[in-house]
Amino acid sequence: MAELVLSARGMSRRFGGLYANRDVSLDMHKGMLHAVLGPNGAGKSTLINLLSGDLPPSAGQILYRGEDISGWSPDKRSRAGIGRSYQRTNIFPAFTVFENCRLAAQSRAPRALRIFSKAISFADLRDAADRAIAQAGLAERRDVVAATLSHGEQRQLEIAMVLATSPSVLLLDEPLAGMGPEESQSMVALLKKLTPDHAILLVEHDMDAVFAVADVITVMVAGQVLESGPPDQIRDSVAVQEAYLGDGESDDE
Amino acid sequence: MPLARKKSRNYLPLVLLMLALFPIFGSSYYNELIGKIMIMAIFAMSLDLLVGFTGLVSFGHAAFFGVAAYSVVLLSPKYDPGNLLLVLPGAVLTGAAVAFVVGLFVLRTKGIYFIMVTLAFAQMIYFVFHDTPLGGGSDGAFLNVKPELRIGEKVLLDLNEPMQFYYIVLVLLVVAYVFLRVLLRSPLGHALAGIRSNEHRMLSLGFPVFLYKLAGFVTAGGLAGLAGFLSACQYGFVTPEILSWHQSGNVLLMVILGGMGTLNGAAIGAFAFVVLQEVFSALTKHWQLLMGVVIVTVVMVLPGGLSSLPQRLKGLLIGGGNRNG
Repeated sequence: MAELVLSARGMSRRFGGLYANRDVSLDMHKGMLHAVLGPNGAGKSTLINLLSGDLPPSAGQILYRGEDISGWSPDKRSRAGIGRSYQRTNIFPAFTVFENCRLAAQSRAPRALRIFSKAISFADLRDAADRAIAQAGLAERRDVVAATLSHGEQRQLEIAMVLATSPSVLLLDEPLAGMGPEESQSMVALLKKLTPDHAILLVEHDMDAVFAVADVITVMVAGQVLESGPPDQIRDSVAVQEAYLGDGESDDE
Repeated sequence: MPLARKKSRNYLPLVLLMLALFPIFGSSYYNELIGKIMIMAIFAMSLDLLVGFTGLVSFGHAAFFGVAAYSVVLLSPKYDPGNLLLVLPGAVLTGAAVAFVVGLFVLRTKGIYFIMVTLAFAQMIYFVFHDTPLGGGSDGAFLNVKPELRIGEKVLLDLNEPMQFYYIVLVLLVVAYVFLRVLLRSPLGHALAGIRSNEHRMLSLGFPVFLYKLAGFVTAGGLAGLAGFLSACQYGFVTPEILSWHQSGNVLLMVILGGMGTLNGAAIGAFAFVVLQEVFSALTKHWQLLMGVVIVTVVMVLPGGLSSLPQRLKGLLIGGGNRNG
């Protein structure tokens, strides 16, 4: 069995009386891509927010390499190696693509007290940024101001920024949303390339992409795990088919 | 650099030269006025680090200016000159230390709450000096003899001499300006710019945002302390008014008037504000009414502040030329 990196144990999150996540347990292993499927409102983004620390859980545990991190702040989790991307693009719009990624890399070697050194003079950060930009396929747009990128390119930048922090866990919230077919294909290829060295959680609506890259799929409905297993098991699952096809109209939007 | 540098003339050496030569032609009144402008420029630049570069709109910046000014009086002997090497760092550290303590509380808030809480802390400090005998109460206190730098019997620098004082202010203005420019291009400066742009993302990238903001806040407090030190030495007395919210408001207006986030703008804003204050108060005792009109006009016509005026004019001229050609 691959190395267990991050896991949720009976994790719940309530907003008032509504459970956005209820008793969710899942495991992420190094070298495996764990995809999460579910209709809108199933609690997929909440799941990522709980794992990344953007939201504190109401109950349950989050274990990172065996340590309970459910009380850790988002920045502490990020420094420990849990990187995330956002569903809604969350970048530094006025900075260039390069500076977005250079600043992301700087979080790993802050040098906050070196106030007499130029931030752009550190070769390790420049290299990390350029590597991430190349991986995400943005090399030609390196010196463009991020706000002027196309929507799809901003999605690529979103991924490049996470990669620049050299994380061991990747929590990706709908990275393909808004991408054209070509960009989607290269992103799928990138995910395949990243999987061996990372533990990846992928929330995604694009079924073809998910079945092409996932090692494990968890299907969530109404904040709860409906079924979890390898892609073949999910494809043939009656419960999943019912949730998606059976009573489509009662989907909680 | 992959980005083509915009061709723009650098007027800084010229400004510096003019400031350096000014006392040769100026009367003592104008020397004092320019001195005051330079002190306010340091004060406004220190606030610009927060407002313009970190995105923290502080409405209590006079607190750090004021406590540092008071520290000059409290650290100096009553009838002898204080030691410059003690009093100057003492004032800067006082400003920074008070900013550290205040920052621990106020930096937990955001937006409108941050504005209100910085104001509240500044008012608390104002009343400490206004209502206790610590600094002479509401009357303030005199700095009978200004500090000097003495080695053995030889007095190297004497702030009681107006000429020496003028050039010390000029040198410290340059030091503060260069320090901020260097700071802004450092990793810390880039991180502060990131916080201004997208604080949430900075956190998720792993930056301890609170500590970074605290570092910026303390630095700004220390530089405000430098301005406070010079102000106390210029006038030779301190009153609680230098800690009041009017003072915090004025310096915020200087930054807005000149243009936020440019550093040069803060200095230009300080210049414009002090000169206008001088001109308007000679005309009428309701000078604040006129000042208000000017500030509203600038904010509406020039959202980038006075420092964006040359670019705007150039844009208009080029635009007009294209239309004609």
